Amino acid sequence: MTAFVQCLGFTLSSADILTAQILNSLFYASILFLIASGLTLVYGVMRIVNLAHGNLFALGAYVTGWALGHAVGWVSGPLLFALLLAGAIAVAAVGAVLEPTLLRPLYKRAEEYQLLITFGLLLVLEDMMHWLWGPHPLTSGALPDLVGSATIFGATYPNYNILVIAVGFAAAVGLWAFVYKTRFGVILRATSQNMRMASALGVNVKRVYVQAFTIGCFMAGLGGAVIMPISGAVLGMGIEALILAFVVVVVGGLGSLEGALIGAIIVGLVRTLGIMCFPEIELAVLYLIAAVVLLVRPEGLFGRA
Amino acid sequence: MTRNLRYLIPIALLLVILPYALPPYQTILFSYGLIFAIAALGFNLLLGYTGLLSFGHSAYFGVGAYAPAFLVKYFGAGSMELFLLAGIFFTAVVSAVFGFICVRYTRIFFAILALALSQVLWSLALKLFWLTNGTDGLRVPTPTLLGGLASDVLGSAETKLDFLSHRYYYYVLAVFFLCVAVMWVIVNSPFGKALQAIRDNETRAEFVGVQVRRYRWIAFLVSGVFTGLAGSLWVVLNGLVTPDILYWTFSGEIVFLTVLGGFRTFAGPILGAVVFNFLKAYAVGFTVYWQFLLGAVLVVIVLSMPTGILGTANTIWLRLRRAA
Repeated sequence: MTAFVQCLGFTLSSADILTAQILNSLFYASILFLIASGLTLVYGVMRIVNLAHGNLFALGAYVTGWALGHAVGWVSGPLLFALLLAGAIAVAAVGAVLEPTLLRPLYKRAEEYQLLITFGLLLVLEDMMHWLWGPHPLTSGALPDLVGSATIFGATYPNYNILVIAVGFAAAVGLWAFVYKTRFGVILRATSQNMRMASALGVNVKRVYVQAFTIGCFMAGLGGAVIMPISGAVLGMGIEALILAFVVVVVGGLGSLEGALIGAIIVGLVRTLGIMCFPEIELAVLYLIAAVVLLVRPEGLFGRA
Repeated sequence: MTRNLRYLIPIALLLVILPYALPPYQTILFSYGLIFAIAALGFNLLLGYTGLLSFGHSAYFGVGAYAPAFLVKYFGAGSMELFLLAGIFFTAVVSAVFGFICVRYTRIFFAILALALSQVLWSLALKLFWLTNGTDGLRVPTPTLLGGLASDVLGSAETKLDFLSHRYYYYVLAVFFLCVAVMWVIVNSPFGKALQAIRDNETRAEFVGVQVRRYRWIAFLVSGVFTGLAGSLWVVLNGLVTPDILYWTFSGEIVFLTVLGGFRTFAGPILGAVVFNFLKAYAVGFTVYWQFLLGAVLVVIVLSMPTGILGTANTIWLRLRRAA
C-alpha cells in the first residue's frame, strides 16, 4: 500500500510523467472505446453478446498489417493512412455476411445458443487468421515513423498515438451524431426499444439488424486497424481484447454508447495506473471492478435497466 | 430404472475391461474423457437443471487443479485422497463465494459475472509468480492411491505410463461411478426437482415456496465442487498445471462438450465429454487448425441439432419406432 502511495506521488509530482501517463490512458481508452462501442451497439439493438467481437477486432489488425506490408514502398506518405480504413471496411464486409447467415436463425432461440454460436465463430476466426497469416505476428512501424513525435509539457510523445486518440474521439462524436441526430439513428433506437412495434410501423427490422451489426464490426475493425502499427497483429489479441471490452461495457452499461465512452476512459486510467503502480494485480483489479459494478448497479453506470 | 440398468451394466462392464482391450494411450485419453465428464456433470446441474449458463467454470476446475499442486509445493504431500479433499475444500470455498455473488442474476449477466470472476483467478495465477510459477506452472508427481493399499504388483518396475493407464484409470473410473451415482440422486431428489421447477418457471417456483436464490446458490456450490473434483483428478493425469486451465476459453470448452452431448439429458454431458475429448485429441494430431474444426462443429450443432448427440439420437430412435 505504501509502495502504491509512493508510486502515485511520484507520478503526480512530475509534469512530464503525468502528461505521458494521461496521454497513455487516453490512447488506451480510445482503442477500448472503438472495440466496446461495437459490442454495446450490437447488444443494444439485437440483444446478442457477440463473443467473436474481439476476433473481428483482431481481423481488422491483420488485414491492415497485410495491406501495409504490401503497400510500403509502393504507396507513400499520407496515402498509407488511408489503408487503415481498409482493415475497418474489410471487417464490416465480413460482418455484413455473418449476420444474415449465422445470427439471423437464432434470434428466436434461447440466449445460450447465441452465446454458443458466437463462441464457435470465435474459434473459427482465430484459426482462419492463423491459416491466412501464419503463427508469427505481423508488424509494421511505417506509420509511427512517418509522423514522428512531439514534446508536450516536457514529455516526448509519439504523434501517431495522438492521432489514435483523435480517431477514438472522432469515432465517439460521429457515432453519437449518427445514433441521435440522423433518421437512421431514430429507426435504430426504435428497433432497439421495441422490435415488434418498429416492425409493425414499417421498419425493415432485418435490414436494421444487418446495418447495426455491420457498423459494430466496422468499429471493431477500425480499432484493430489503428492499433496494428503499434502493437502488431498477434494471435490471441482478439480473445484478450474481448474480455477487456466486457469490463468496459459492464462498467458503462451494456447497450449504452455514453457508458462505453466513460467505461473506456475509466478502464484506460486504471490500466495505466495499474501498469505503473500495481502490475501484479492490475488485471485482477479490472475484473474486480467489473464484478463490483455488476453487483451494485447491474445496469452499469449509464445503462438503462 | 430397470430400463436404464439394461444399458448401464454393459457400459460399466465395457469401461472396466477397457485397459485390457485398448493400448495405454487410448486408455489415458479415456481417463481424460471421464474426468471431463465429471466436470460436465457438475456444469450441467447449472445449465441443464437450473437453467443458468456459466461461462466461468474454468475457475473451479482450475482451483481443483491448483489445490494439489500447492499441497505438493508447500507440504510435500503425495496422497491422492488428500489431493481430492483439498480440491473439494478449496473449490467449495471459492464456489460458495463466487456463487453467492453470481446467483443474484440470471441469463446474460450471470454468464458475464461468472466469467469476470474466473478471469480474476486467471490473472492472479498468471501474475503471482512467487505463488504459482506463472506460465511455467506447477508440477504434481505421481501420488500414492488409498494410502498405499492399492499398490501395483509390478512394484518399482511400474512406469508412469503403467500407472496412468491402469491403476489410475481404475481410480478415476471409481470416482466417476461415484459422481454419477451422487448426481443421479441429486437430480432426482426433491431438491433436484425444485431446481427444474426454477428453470421452467421462476415465478411459479417462488410462489409454491421454493427459495429460488438459495437453491440456485446451493446448485452453484455443488456444481463447482464436482468441477473442482474433476480438476484435482486431472492435474495428476496431466502432471502439470498452468494458468491456461483458468482462462475463460476453457470454460467455453466445458460449455461446448455439454451442448455437444445434449444438455437436456442426464447422460448427454458424459457422452459429450468423452466424444469431445477424442475429437479434440485427433483434431490436434490431424491438423494445427483444430480450433477451426471444433468451432465449425459447434456452429453446425447449434444450427442443426440443438439437442446434442443424445437428443438427436433419441429423436431419430423415436421416429424409427413410430414408423415400424
